[in-house]
Amino acid sequence: MNKNNESNICILDYGSGNTKSVFNLLSTLSASVKISNSEEDIINATHLVLPGVGAFGGAMGKIRRKIPVDLLENEVLFKQKPFLGICVGMQVLASKGYEHGECEGLGWIAGKTTRLETDINPLPHIGWNNLEIINPSPILDGIDNEYDFYFLHSYAFRPEEENCVVAKTEYGENFVSVIQQKNIFGTQFHPEKSQTTGKLLIYNFLKFNEKE
Amino acid sequence: MKKNRLIPVLLLKDGWLVQSKGFSRHQNLGNPTIAVKRLSEWAADELIYLDISSGEATYDLRRDDLKHPNRHNFLDIIEDVSKCTFMPITVGGNIRSLNDIEDRLKRGADKISINTKPLNDKSFITEAAKEFGAQCIVVSIDTKVINEKHIVMKHGGKEVTDFTAIEWAKISEDMGAGEILLNSVDRDGKRTGYDIPLLTLLSDTVKIPVIALGGVGEWQDFEDALSETNVDAVAAANIFHYTDQSVYLAKKHLFDRGCNVRRPFITNF
Repeated sequence: MNKNNESNICILDYGSGNTKSVFNLLSTLSASVKISNSEEDIINATHLVLPGVGAFGGAMGKIRRKIPVDLLENEVLFKQKPFLGICVGMQVLASKGYEHGECEGLGWIAGKTTRLETDINPLPHIGWNNLEIINPSPILDGIDNEYDFYFLHSYAFRPEEENCVVAKTEYGENFVSVIQQKNIFGTQFHPEKSQTTGKLLIYNFLKFNEKE
Repeated sequence: MKKNRLIPVLLLKDGWLVQSKGFSRHQNLGNPTIAVKRLSEWAADELIYLDISSGEATYDLRRDDLKHPNRHNFLDIIEDVSKCTFMPITVGGNIRSLNDIEDRLKRGADKISINTKPLNDKSFITEAAKEFGAQCIVVSIDTKVINEKHIVMKHGGKEVTDFTAIEWAKISEDMGAGEILLNSVDRDGKRTGYDIPLLTLLSDTVKIPVIALGGVGEWQDFEDALSETNVDAVAAANIFHYTDQSVYLAKKHLFDRGCNVRRPFITNF
């Protein structure tokens, strides 16, 4: 995988703590990676990444305080820039979240984020798990159901429309692990902790350009 | 399906990677960052990085000559490590406060392993889990067989406590720990295999994931623990440092025998 020199990536930082590992991985694939919330950097970026560790409500509060959401929505929803949400960064795409009480999400993909329903397995779901691909997506180019990714979460995204579900994963129930709606992608797992497989997924994301 | 994990453990003393025997004899194995790079290429599922220096250690990797930055403390080493590997890293050793945890997480650790501090003050587990999330807090338990009981040891296996391994594992779970790392002072560096009866009992007692450590002498020992007990992960230190492609070969052994592990492969970061 060669470096993609066309891309200019902006990692949004609302204080989630793991922006650095995401930065480290992206830096192996692109010459231009920034961790920033500035309007200028968001406008100049070709790809936007929203990482995440933590709870839905807390994350949304910080996102609204630290990131210019209106501007971001203009870039993602109107200009259709490729966007990737990781873990909580995917969960907040939902209209509503139910971690420590009800909370409004970004609402870019209709659905809600609720606790995993598992009786036997302990939560959080920690470790390597594979995908069951439902709908093909460019982000899974070269990745099949045998590949494992690193998960760490207790909640999952339940989209209203099944056609945005790219892949599901089994842990007590089948939850959505990869999602795509046009230029908006989300992964419940952490590509930045998933070694070569994670790198391949990010590589695919950087190749993606809706306008092509 | 969620996989069982194979985890190399790296012991660091005064900035050097070491081999340990019986928690007391330590032999120098070289530069820690280079070892991590190798283990990463062999597709380990996770890394556990333990600083076993006592208190005010001086670090000197003696790399000035090669224009490498000379790392003088453990936090700098964590940062170097997190740059050359893309998998979860658990860091432990000399953790006495929530601040110590925060420092390590900021530098690139994903989880924190604590041992002695909660044995002096068990509410520390709850405080840490509340602050950083239960998924982040691994309670490490060092045991030693005394009068046929598995007694929990503290201060790097030097001091006896009043708890048995089972009692302390239960307390840790109740206080909010996310995982248990079970090690054995008696088996450390002896290559005699895991303590299977203890692992069986402990992994059936707690609901949180148990990581087995201490005594692995051959790949078969990993398989025994995964097939005979309910541990979630198998870990070892010394055995991974003396064989080329060790992690890959261990994984292949398990995969070929039908264990529920990730497909073995070699990466090229």
